[in-house]
Amino acid sequence: MQQVRAPRDPAPSRLAYRMQRLALTPSFRGLMRIGLPLATIAAMGAVVLGDQARRDALTLWVADMKSAFQEREAFMVKAMAIDGASAELAADIREAVPVDFPISSFDLDLERMQRDVAALDAVARVDLRVRPGGMLQMTVVERIPALIWRAGGALELLDAGGHRVAELTRRTERADLPLVAGRAADAAAPEALELIAAAGPLAPRLRGLVRIGERRWDVLLDRGQRLKLPETGAVGALEQIIALDQAQDLLARDVLWVDMRNLARPAVRLRETAATTLRQVRLRELGVQVE
Amino acid sequence: MTDLYQSQRAMRAMRRAAIQRGVIAILDVGTSKIGCLVLRFDGPDAFKPSDGVGGMAGQSAFRVIGAATTRSRGMRMGQIDAMAETERAIRTAVQAAQKMAQIRVDHVIACIAGGEPRSYGLAGAIELEGAQVTGQDVARVMAACDVPDVGDGREVLHAQPVNFTLDHRTGMNDPRGQIGYRLACDMHMLTVDGTVVANLIHCIKRCDLELAGLASSAYVSGISSLVEDEQELGAVCIDMGGGATGLSIFIKKHMIYADTVGLGGDQVTSDISKGLQIPLATAERLKTIHGGVVATGMDDRDLIELGGETGDWDLDRRTVSRAELIGIMRPRVEEILEEVRARLDAAGFEHLPSQQIVLTGGGSQIPGLDTLGPRILGQQVRIGRPLRIAGLPERVTGAAFASAVGLCLFAAHPQDEWWDFDIPADRYPARSLRRAVKWFKDNW
Repeated sequence: MQQVRAPRDPAPSRLAYRMQRLALTPSFRGLMRIGLPLATIAAMGAVVLGDQARRDALTLWVADMKSAFQEREAFMVKAMAIDGASAELAADIREAVPVDFPISSFDLDLERMQRDVAALDAVARVDLRVRPGGMLQMTVVERIPALIWRAGGALELLDAGGHRVAELTRRTERADLPLVAGRAADAAAPEALELIAAAGPLAPRLRGLVRIGERRWDVLLDRGQRLKLPETGAVGALEQIIALDQAQDLLARDVLWVDMRNLARPAVRLRETAATTLRQVRLRELGVQVE
Repeated sequence: MTDLYQSQRAMRAMRRAAIQRGVIAILDVGTSKIGCLVLRFDGPDAFKPSDGVGGMAGQSAFRVIGAATTRSRGMRMGQIDAMAETERAIRTAVQAAQKMAQIRVDHVIACIAGGEPRSYGLAGAIELEGAQVTGQDVARVMAACDVPDVGDGREVLHAQPVNFTLDHRTGMNDPRGQIGYRLACDMHMLTVDGTVVANLIHCIKRCDLELAGLASSAYVSGISSLVEDEQELGAVCIDMGGGATGLSIFIKKHMIYADTVGLGGDQVTSDISKGLQIPLATAERLKTIHGGVVATGMDDRDLIELGGETGDWDLDRRTVSRAELIGIMRPRVEEILEEVRARLDAAGFEHLPSQQIVLTGGGSQIPGLDTLGPRILGQQVRIGRPLRIAGLPERVTGAAFASAVGLCLFAAHPQDEWWDFDIPADRYPARSLRRAVKWFKDNW
């Protein structure tokens, strides 16, 4: 006998009903559409990258790709050209920034190189650029020595700002430059240059300047003469002495030093023999018999 | 009665929240079919004033985006008979509607056809001492209505103020702001069997849905099938459903009476089944395809194959003339209409200024009812179809969906009921903050 089959119940089961309602919930749909694929991709990535060997291979591959790109002919730097530097300075610069050419321009750290070169005393300013054609162009502005500074036992060249330029072995190597001495003379280098400029008529006799007590200048002339200048208004005081000299030949006389430290009360010291002679002359004029 | 009464306020709040969220479902649980519509509320900005579309009592605010109907199961005479079956049928309808709408609905508004609705007219009056009528006075006058003894286990389904009287002036819709000495109120209260309501609520809860409103099916059929002037001048809407026939009398745009006759299309089907000795499914098909209530000479010659699968040739090859079918159907339809007539007489329908009778519901589609109806009910009978609403699919625009469409209108623009008004101040708990606020408002 044929079994009578019960008609299919069209009603959804409770579970199916709830599932459909869940699937129609906007937040759940969003989660399924965006959240689930993202989570799947993230999980796949985590599984693939969980292995150290795969990670290393990936890193290596990336590094290979990178170097293959960076080491193209177009990016290679083959030589360095240094402009505006003397031969010794160029040698110093090459020593300070050792670069093995050819090198990719990606591997050149131009900023650090510029810092290193600028740290050299003889270099005032440096510009670096990689020129087309694989040339590293370095344009250097050198410091120009303006003074020789005798500090301790050594001789050093200073530029107009007082910055150290180089060491000097003998004074005669740069006989054209004026000499300064004394502690912290480099800090007052601009004033020293002003004094030297102001000392124009005395220039043939000028031996040098000495910084006294890190505050004022003495001007040394030949024959052991010394001009003591005040802390402020040193140039004016020097000009005053020069005017005196031109009027009365002060410095041609047997004067040991001229003291202008107190402008209100300048003083002059004579040499001992001159002073004795002067006294005897005065005494003789007064009629005193002197042996 | 307190249980449903308390939850009515909560359901109103839930309805407002659902409309704010934009989606609400309509569930018409009938005896022959369960219909579910999903409404999307676009807010009042859906139409600009320049579009020429006004508010239309909230109808322009929503659109039907999902519609599904399924054969009802486990229902009898508008009441739940087998709860698990009904629950499955509701799930079927809701799932299909959700699928069409492609959105999940959490809130439903349902209607209830059975539960022996009974109408009560309530009246109350208060003295005003010549002050302006305020919201609180309206609350007080409604609280002053004497509530009749509605019986044990009966719940208030609707309680609508239908008329306000201020001194000698009556027929007011909104007395607030006017000055008078005596404010009186007429209220229409509809009660139903509490267990029937509780069963329906339980069924809906078991489908993970929140009930955001409950209405009488006779009432919502009336608001969808009666046109505005019929509602204004007086009319009755007779919703001929499968298990029960509901009737609701409207005047001045308020329902003033509702009742249910426990007879419907199912009885017609079972008569055909018994009379012709055929299965109920075949009888239902014969009724819907060949049925009628007025026989003509042509119908004697119109032979209908009954069909059958018993294997007995004589039984399976029977034919019946359409006149015979009409002969079976007509007495039952007449009985239903006579029962309705009796209820209308009892309600005093003949005293209304206009006595328009509108037949709607699935049963109203029987051919010839427009001839039979006037003979029993009265002269002004028409077959009504529900209002067109936006987005409603063609297949659910028929008369059988009058209550579903009415529920949509009810959802968009419900009438204020008792629980929508203020609570009278003296009913607040003694330490209520609102009472303190009211004291401040009154004294400053």
